[in-house]
Amino acid sequence: MSTEGSRAADDAATITPYPDGPLIVRGDFEILSPDGEPIPGGRKTVALCRCGVSSIKPFCDGTHKLVKFRSGDS
Amino acid sequence: MTATMHTPATQDSTAVFPMTPRGPLSAELMTLLSSAPDDSAPDGSALDRSDPAAGIVLSARSALAAAESITRDEDVQLSLFILYGLHYGSFDAVSADWEWQPSLVAARTVLERAFEAELRATIDVPELPEPTRAAVAQALSALTTAEGGPSLSRYVAKQATREQLGEFLMQRSVYTLREADPHSWAIPRLTGRAKAALVEIQTDEYGSGRFARMHSEIFATTMRSFGLESRYGRYVSDVPAITLASLNVMSMFGINRRLRGAIVGHLAAFEMTSSIPNGMYARGFSRLGYGTEVTAYFDEHVAADAVHEQIAAHDLAGALAEDEPGLLGDILFGAAACLVVDGWAGAHMLDAWTAGRSSLRGER
Repeated sequence: MSTEGSRAADDAATITPYPDGPLIVRGDFEILSPDGEPIPGGRKTVALCRCGVSSIKPFCDGTHKLVKFRSGDS
Repeated sequence: MTATMHTPATQDSTAVFPMTPRGPLSAELMTLLSSAPDDSAPDGSALDRSDPAAGIVLSARSALAAAESITRDEDVQLSLFILYGLHYGSFDAVSADWEWQPSLVAARTVLERAFEAELRATIDVPELPEPTRAAVAQALSALTTAEGGPSLSRYVAKQATREQLGEFLMQRSVYTLREADPHSWAIPRLTGRAKAALVEIQTDEYGSGRFARMHSEIFATTMRSFGLESRYGRYVSDVPAITLASLNVMSMFGINRRLRGAIVGHLAAFEMTSSIPNGMYARGFSRLGYGTEVTAYFDEHVAADAVHEQIAAHDLAGALAEDEPGLLGDILFGAAACLVVDGWAGAHMLDAWTAGRSSLRGER
């Protein structure tokens, strides 16, 4: 959404891994449980846990900072 | 030299403001603002007349001269709160015609310059990183995780009493019933990528346009469900200068375009230190039996600010530093100011409670 030239694809979902942090998901997306039930994110842009210690998975709760998660992708 | 010599009826300032003055400057302001300005004739013919607020600039200088610490001075901080309140519309009964009264803007500027100078002199700013997204986000991350010392959120989670939780909500209400507004001043003051990132955050703060999802409104529900009132300003009389200073810092950074770097840094630091404490606050209220109608506000901020902190560090502060490298110092200053001043406001509560005292002011 913040990159140039993506205007036409504004509605397409994008997933951005933030360094040492969560995956930020924007655009038109739906998160489903393994049973296919929708998991509401409650907001247009969501953060998905990728350190594994969030207490509100699949969403991020900021705990990656406490466990000094390093994504190694920055 | 007050407006009382002219036609508009003077109201009793206690009927106009939800608090009493805390010194000569706030007293003079409250008396002045309890009437409408007399030079607001629609034809503009009266605009050359002497400014009824002219004396307030001298009073502002006197108040500064009398203040030992501007950040902790009750009279100065309440006066700044009142002057910013003209722009926010914090006081229903105050005439909106005062908003751009030249002497009031001048008095605010006098107070702000001194307040800002004190903050710059007392707050340590870390060594500046390279003005790149990654380096700035990294520097902000290091700054916001270095926080040590006793923790207000841990106290709230583990041992705050019902009464202390009420005080906590009252202290927070001065900002949170207008949550996000101070940082929104920055939207038209920024351009490009940083503006878009700020709007992405603020959109969520305002519930993506759904009234009941606005964070300020969720907080109002929390206050009412707890048994408090949610009318703006209801508890201003109860909170000390340092709580007002926490809000005044944001207002000052937000409303002055020259400080747009500082308001961006402030928001980044605010968001980057929010998710984990809010989880603790929710735990504290749950511990004493409060349900989701009270904890929803804090639960919301665990997830919301985990999103906002990434956007704020990388897409807002980082991108702004790349686009306007000259603002790098102010971005870091604003972040440090947020941590230090909010740290002082939190320490005020924690110190009072651990000493068995109330954190509220005795006066009313």
